[in-house]
This record gives sequence, C-alpha cells and structure tokens, in this order.
Amino acid sequence: MTTETAAVKSVQAENGWEPNILAFCCNWCSYAGADLAGVSRFQYPPTVKILRVMCSSRVEPAFILKALKEGADGVLIAGCHIGDCHYIDGNKNAEVRINNTKKALVKLGFDKRLRLEWISASEGLRFSEVIKDFTEEIKKLGQNPVNIQGSEVK
Amino acid sequence: MSDNNGDEKPVGSKVDQEEKRVGVFVCECGVNIGGVVNTRAVADYIGTLHGVKVTSVNKFTCSDSGQADIQAKIKEHNLNRVVVAACSPKTHEPTFRACIEEMGLNQYFLEFVNIRDHCSWIHMWEKEKATEKAKDLIRMGVERSKLLEPLQASEVPVNDKALVIGAGVAGMQSALDLADMGFQVYLVEKEPSIGGRMARFDKVFPTNDCSICILGPKMVEVARNKNIKIMSYSEVKAVEGYVGNFTVKVEHKPRYLDVTKCTGCAKCSEVCPVEVPYDFNEGLGTRKAIFVPFPQAVPLRALIDKENCINCKACAKACASGAINYDMQTSYTDLNVGVIIGAVGFKTYDPEPRHDFGYGLYDNIITAMEFERLLNAAGPTGGHVVRPSDCKEPIRVGFVNCVGSRDKNTNIYCSGVCCMYTIKNAQLLKEKRPETDHTIMYIDIRTPFRGYEESYNRSRNLGVKFLRGRPVEVKEDPVTKNIKVRVEDTLAGEIRNLEFDLMVLATGIVPNEGISQIQQLLKLSKAADGLLMEAHPKLKPVDTTIDGVFLAGCASGPKDIPYAVSQGSACAGRATILLKNKKAITEGITAVVNPDVCVGCEVCIPMCPFQAIKFDEKENKANVVKALCKGCGTCVAACPTGALEQSHFKNNQLLAQVKNVFRFQEVAA
Repeated sequence: MTTETAAVKSVQAENGWEPNILAFCCNWCSYAGADLAGVSRFQYPPTVKILRVMCSSRVEPAFILKALKEGADGVLIAGCHIGDCHYIDGNKNAEVRINNTKKALVKLGFDKRLRLEWISASEGLRFSEVIKDFTEEIKKLGQNPVNIQGSEVK
Repeated sequence: MSDNNGDEKPVGSKVDQEEKRVGVFVCECGVNIGGVVNTRAVADYIGTLHGVKVTSVNKFTCSDSGQADIQAKIKEHNLNRVVVAACSPKTHEPTFRACIEEMGLNQYFLEFVNIRDHCSWIHMWEKEKATEKAKDLIRMGVERSKLLEPLQASEVPVNDKALVIGAGVAGMQSALDLADMGFQVYLVEKEPSIGGRMARFDKVFPTNDCSICILGPKMVEVARNKNIKIMSYSEVKAVEGYVGNFTVKVEHKPRYLDVTKCTGCAKCSEVCPVEVPYDFNEGLGTRKAIFVPFPQAVPLRALIDKENCINCKACAKACASGAINYDMQTSYTDLNVGVIIGAVGFKTYDPEPRHDFGYGLYDNIITAMEFERLLNAAGPTGGHVVRPSDCKEPIRVGFVNCVGSRDKNTNIYCSGVCCMYTIKNAQLLKEKRPETDHTIMYIDIRTPFRGYEESYNRSRNLGVKFLRGRPVEVKEDPVTKNIKVRVEDTLAGEIRNLEFDLMVLATGIVPNEGISQIQQLLKLSKAADGLLMEAHPKLKPVDTTIDGVFLAGCASGPKDIPYAVSQGSACAGRATILLKNKKAITEGITAVVNPDVCVGCEVCIPMCPFQAIKFDEKENKANVVKALCKGCGTCVAACPTGALEQSHFKNNQLLAQVKNVFRFQEVAA
C-alpha cells in the first residue's frame, strides 16, 4: 500500500465511510437465502442493497459496470449452487459472464470489487457471512475511486 | 447495451405515455419494521420524490384495512403505480397484485420492496442506518415502478390425459384418483410389476397388518380400472413440451413373451434350469431365468431375464399357450399428456461399500429389508428368521438404528421411518418366537404420528430393550460367528459389551436409481439430500417449479406409507385443477424479441435451458415460444444487439434501480 492510498483511507475512516454494495440476487435461491437471514435475524452490516433478478444469468456485464460507475464500492452477484439452478443451468452462464467481467475489470483495478457467490435458499447464515466478509474486503480496498474528489478515474 | 439504455423510452402503450402517479405504502409489520425503521421519516422522504403522489404508513399493509387503504388511495389520487414496502415478495406479492388488480390496475404495476427481511430484521441494533437503507431501497423501487409495463398472463390449452411415473403406493393412488375422476392415466413402471417397495414389506407399522394383503387389492383395482393404462417394465426416455402439452416417449423393455397369451401359470419357471439370486427377496434365495416377479404381481405375467437365459428353450416347450418369443425387441410409445406426476420412489441405503457396522464383512449382519423378507411367509425361508452363517434361528437379535441417516458421513437427514419399522420388526419376531431377546440401539426414538407411540410402548411391554447409543466396535466371533458389539449406553453412562446371534441394520431412505435422469427429463431441481425439490416446502409440497409437474412419495423426501398415499391423492387433486379447467395460466414474465433489432445471430438459442427460442428461418429472426419460456433472462443478457428483453425485468427497469442505489437520479420514462 502506498502512503498516498493509506492517507486516503485514513481520511475515509475519519469521515465514517462505510462500503456501499449492490447485490444482484436470484429470485429462487439467493433472494430467498437473504429472506432466511432476515427471518433468522442473522445481523449483518447495512452496507448492502439487494436487487432481485429472476436468475443470476440475467445480470449483464453492463449492469456491473454501471453500478461501479455510479459509485458502488462492491457488486455481488448471488445465484443458486451449480446443479440447483431453477432454470437448470442459468447459473453456469452467469459464472462464465461474471468471470469474464472480472477479467476485464483487472485492468481497471476493480476486479476485487466484483464477487460471485452461490447461496441457496437454505443458507441464511451463509448469506450474512458473505456480506460480512465482502464488507471487510471492500473496507480493505477502500472507497470506489470514482467517489473520491480529484481521482484519476473520475 | 449502451449506457443510455436506462433512459430509453419503452415501446409505448397508452399507459406508458400517461403521467406516472406513484403511491408508496410503507408497512410497519407491527413492530417488525416499525420498531427499527422510522417509517414516518421514510414516508416523508419518499413523498418528496418526483412522481410520488401519496405515501401512507400502515401497521399491517397486508391486513384488510391496509389493503383497503391502498385501494382508496388508488381511487383518490388516480394512482397508476403502487409501491409496497413491507416483507418479502416471495410470500406477499400475489396478495398485493390481486389488491391492485381489483382496482383495475395491471397486476404488474406493483413494485414490492423488502424492508423487513432485508432491512429491519438484520439491522436491529442500527436503527438510523436501517432507516437510511429503507429510504434507499424504496427509492430504487419507486424509480423502477415508473418504468413498469403492463403484462398479460397467457393461457394455454391443457390436454386432459395424465402420466404417472412410478407405480408404488403413491403413484398408484394418484392414478386411481385421477382415473376415478374420469381422466385417462398412463401409469409407467420400470419394474415388471406394479406395487413398488410396499409389495416387499412383510407387515406395516403401526398396526402390523400384512403389507401385500392391503396393497394387493389396490394393485388389482389399478389393473381393472378402465381409465388406467399400465405400462410395466417400461421407462420414460424423453419429455418435451410444457404445462398442458407434454410429449413423452416411453420405452417398453422386452419380456420375451407375449403378455396377451401368458397366463402367469409359471409352468415355464418349473422347467427352467437356471437359478439366480432373487432380487425381490433382496438377493436371498433364488429365482429362475424365466419367472413371474412375485405371486401377487400385476400384471401377473412372466418375463425372461435375458442376461442369465442360456437359450435352452425348455420354457417354450413347457408353455401351453405358446407365449414365448425369444426375438422380442424393445418398443416405444409416444404419449401426449397434460400433466405429469413423478412418484419415482426411493431405495434403501446400501451399507456394503462402507461396511457400516461390519455389514458385508460378517455373515450375521443383515439389513432391515433382508430381515423383512425373512419374516415374510412368502419369503425365502417361509417366514422363519434365520441367520445367514448357519441357517439357525437366532435368539439374541440386535438392531442398529440410523444406518445411512443422521450421520454426516452418509446422509445428515432423518429417514423418518426406521425407528418405527425397527420397533415393528422386533415386535413381529418377539410375537412369533417369545424366547427371542431384542435390543434396539438408537440415537433418538421418533414416533410422531397416530398409533406410533402406542406401538413403541407395546414393544417395550413385550420386553424389547431400548439402548440409547451407537455401536462403536463390531466384531465377529470367529468360531460361533456371533456378533460382538461395544456400545456406550448414553443414558446409564457406561460402556456395554453385548453379543448377538444376528444384527439388523436399519438402513435409511436414499434417492432411487435413475432419479437424476427423471430430474433432467422433467427439468426439476435436486435438494442437497439428492432428492427432488418441491415448489415450496410448506405451502406447495407436491407442486414443482415446473408447471404441470407434481411429485408424490419419497421422490421428494423420506415418507411413510400414509404420507406417501396422501401425497398421491394430493397430486391427483392438484393435477385435476389443470385437467378440469382445460387451460393453464402461465406467468407473464418472459423474454420478448424485438424483430426490428434482431439480426438472427442465434446466440440466444443455445443459451435457453428450455429450448424456448426457435429460429424463424424465413424471417431470419429469433422467436420466443411464450408457453415454454420460464423468464430467466439468460438469453436477454446474451443478446449482443439488445433485441431480447425480459418483460418486467427490462434493462431500463433494472438500471433505474442501479442508478438509484446511492442517490436520487430520476430516470426518464
């Protein structure tokens, strides 16, 4: 970590910055998993906002880029486990797409801000753990550069 | 897809050109939401957003008064979009869709925002942040709602015939109920006889009545019913189509005899020189290469096991009706049906590969199914329970429960039936031979339904011993072949060393062979336990996520006989809704092709898991078959030109949410 980014981070910490994560959850597994986390009252940080799609394979790379451009510090795509997809193998398509998007994001240095997870309708605890973990990871990465005044990315 | 897609104007219907008048209804869900989120502050903020004409906070929006409030405000403010911020759309979306539809609004003009499960319940100690998050979530919903378009659920005709796969007790019940309601049923069974597992049981708990004596008449009833066409020794090989209109290919394996001539007299078996282990008796005893599956088989017809047949042709000479035909080939039938009921059953856990508790290593350890056949009067020993090593009748019998169940090394779930059948097996032998001594080694005894606890008590009164603990060491005495067991009696807190003449393993219920094939043919999903998934574990226990496909019996989880029979009837009832109405409503959310933009690249066609996109050669365009489309949107994300859109989850609708996650950005409709 350069001194510069360390300085930026300490400023962020003083400002009380908290990560902003957008999660695309599939209707059948992960959205239901998030519901179960709620029903079970598994507390997790209020850093994530869930957007419901019918299948993780509906998420286009453009949505992810748009979210990052709008200032999302992290984007999570969550779908059914492989083999359990409500649409048989939509999640396999999602896997290919998200991995390709991740590769494309490497150049921009944004790849770690994108995550793909399989969370089933019965994994409420796992949903909350994933959010906690991703939040911590994003905290380490710091704020999305587009949100920082005078940033080169902007 | 370009960035400005979010601002593009949807193809206009009259409604889309109207000014968007949004009503936002914030639910407190008692204190579930109201106790954490400052709903008043949320409503005040949302009220400032462009297009929001009215906001309302209700204690329970789903209640009669809450819904009346929505309807009154739709009228008063002439609303054309409704946002409900409450619990989960997975449970309450249909309620509010119906509520707004009653007021003449298209049901798809509802946007549901989850501020309970995804907000108040998980940020219970961060009230301010939860309130801010609720504002963000609702803002996303409001912006999306303005772009929602009216959709029409479509109607498809339903063929009034049914297919039942699997003729165990659950499948037979489905077939009988449907047939009695006047529908034609095809009952496909892969075994040469119908009856399933229940035909192999000796007696059934908790009343200990003879299994085949209660099942046999039902099997005959199925065979006699004019509306049921039994296809035994047959398998479903292909399924195409959708609710109301399935085409199914059934393969008929050759029996090598003419079933119309065979009388089931079994004279052929008498002369057949080949003897092989008898699978119906769990491999105990033998049968011939030409055989009638079992005395009560339906259809009562013989078949030749070609793998073991030596072609001596003795059976052909013995057969008085000249039924034998050695050259018979596999044949196929194509069926058109409206509904499919999967009652594909189960098999019992096989302890052989892991040698659980010494099974397969020591002669005198058998499974409960083997014990069941030994108990049966028509079994290999005429109802005498003997031990395999010396064919002597055992005195000391040990039973081990939860073999292949409740064990992280095999299956973590409880098979539900093993406690009861072990209790029953011990009772039956004790009644037959009171001098026998029985010890049941268990983790917990589970006897939840009518008459089960009473049966458990009866066993104890008969002198069956119950020991809470699992054997930790099982050995064989090399001389006597007795089984020596070290087991911790966890109630007494001491280690016990026991010796049994025979030990019986209560093997659990596991997915049947071919369940993956059925899963793929019917496009169902499997749960973590390897069994098929129902649409909802509580409210739709026999439906599946595929319209027109239902599940009965152990295919969707371990069940006892009454439960399986109930599910058989339940499937028939659910299926009748479609068969009787002669039409099915399919969800309005589908992929839609804009032919003006489609370049006919066919990228979308292999993406579709349901083969719903057909290529129109003439027009050189992709074409979505609405009845087949399940609305996942995989193809939409793949379309390079943006010609495909997913209705209700259009690019601009989703991007409106993305844009509004962090700050208010109005999206022009």
